[in-house]
Amino acid sequence: MQKSLHIDPGKCTGCLQCEMACSLENEGVFNPSKSRIKVFTFHEEGRFVPYTCTQCDEAWCMHACPVDAIVINAVTGSKDVKADLCVGCKVCTIACPFGTVNYNADSGKVVKCDLCGGDPKCVSSCPTDAITYVDANATGLDKMRAWAAKTDNSVSADA
Amino acid sequence: MLYVIVGAGPAGVVAAEQLRKLDPLGNVTLIGDEPEAPYSRMAIPYYLTDKIEEQGTHLRKQSGHYDAHTIDVVQDRVVSIDTSINEVHLASGDKRRYDKLLLATGSSPAVPPIPGIELAGVHNCWTLEDARAIVKLAKPGASVVLMGAGFIGCIVLEALALRDVKLTVVEMENRMVPRMMNETSGNMIKRWCEEKGVAVHTSTRAESIEQSGSGLVVKLSNGENVAADLVISATGVKPNMQFAADSGIETDQGILVNHFLQTSDEDIYAAGDVCQGKDFSTGEFTVQAIQPTAVEHARVAASNMARGHHSEHAGNVNMNVLDTIGLVSASFGSWMGTEGGDSVELVNEPAFKYLSLQFEDDVLIGASSLGLTQHVGVLRGLIQSRTRLGDWKEKLKEDPLRIMEAYLACAQGQSTSMT
Repeated sequence: MQKSLHIDPGKCTGCLQCEMACSLENEGVFNPSKSRIKVFTFHEEGRFVPYTCTQCDEAWCMHACPVDAIVINAVTGSKDVKADLCVGCKVCTIACPFGTVNYNADSGKVVKCDLCGGDPKCVSSCPTDAITYVDANATGLDKMRAWAAKTDNSVSADA
Repeated sequence: MLYVIVGAGPAGVVAAEQLRKLDPLGNVTLIGDEPEAPYSRMAIPYYLTDKIEEQGTHLRKQSGHYDAHTIDVVQDRVVSIDTSINEVHLASGDKRRYDKLLLATGSSPAVPPIPGIELAGVHNCWTLEDARAIVKLAKPGASVVLMGAGFIGCIVLEALALRDVKLTVVEMENRMVPRMMNETSGNMIKRWCEEKGVAVHTSTRAESIEQSGSGLVVKLSNGENVAADLVISATGVKPNMQFAADSGIETDQGILVNHFLQTSDEDIYAAGDVCQGKDFSTGEFTVQAIQPTAVEHARVAASNMARGHHSEHAGNVNMNVLDTIGLVSASFGSWMGTEGGDSVELVNEPAFKYLSLQFEDDVLIGASSLGLTQHVGVLRGLIQSRTRLGDWKEKLKEDPLRIMEAYLACAQGQSTSMT
């Protein structure tokens, strides 16, 4: 059974624990600017929206990579950046229509959510269950995929 | 089915893999003329800076990848196509029959009409073989003249700067990367390079290259003479399509295709840098010559070749991303705007930050940026989904950096409003 992140912005208080946990797990430092999940703030409406990669089927990042450095994780279904192969060309950062692959100038490589290998720290650190890791069929994943499909201008060769 | 693919770059390799997947019993042959495993030219700059070994440029890393997928990789060059009997003729004298043929032959460096361009010590930076020659000549402290500050020139520029050479760049246009940056942002990149110790001459031509002792001298149109141990020519590329044109395939800027990436011959398709495919923004057919387009062409063409024509190709968003000695720039779609359109421009010269957004009505149609590395992909997302921005257009005109919020509020409204 494939699991995926389920984000419920209505429950988010903007505490940024997810960003801290992500940064610590993946970069070894408490630095929200290095987090792969970002909480966006809508001041006018007093709303917070956590946002990260949906591990979309289209995998724009993976197909755009010229050196085969983004691969599907057979266990979690996430699209993972192999840092030893990434040359830092950034083509995936412009190819991803969700804006969830980012360049890290310190390492000279790109970073994206890899679901922490199946134990996402943003989930375990969230005090309000705004971010949960659940059966993919039960989430809004299908909605996001529907949106992704809208962006898809090519014949789905995998169909 | 017999599938033959000409060209072993990203488009050729992806098409071969797709054909294998879609038609497991088909016979897939991939013909490339370079004596290398299929590799990515885009990775060459990183080879030049020792970030990767040669194998790091290879498109597929597993040994035996092509055998495992039963893709027959042939090193040869196609010299002509006999379209009457569906056969390609190779430089070796060999011939190959095909049921469906894909032309993914890419492009080659243009040779500028400059006296002395043929001298030893003048190189392109296009193939792995070129890169090996540059590695030998571009030693720390060597004087290097780079002709052309377009996209490829600028990528090479960064690699050379990191090799600690004494670098002079010559560009005919009035700014750097003229096909992805306007005068303001293109000149910000120029100033950035100058501050990093690179001499940049814009609105300047190299008029001649002459031998001078063991080195070269490049004479510039501004009267300067620049001594060089190595001259690199990056003045543009041209599609590799003469053999196709001579075989009766219709060509213009590139090989002409219809909405199914099919050429004027019904059994022949084209993909990648050689293909004059549909542009998403303008609806016109142009040569984009970018990696994401090459790969999308390949997948669409392979599907059409194996399964017939099911849906029209909507066109590719033209986009580029470039790192010029640490200053990251990107451009998307109609970044220069359209007549009657609306726009907003944020310019921060001291911080080397720039963002321009182009709208038609309340839809984002193009963008270009400097110094932006987080969430830049949403610019593509908003352009390609033709998302109506509504009130957010005015908010973006006040602060264009709120692009990610605009995206979440408009394009993913369904998920952000979920309770």
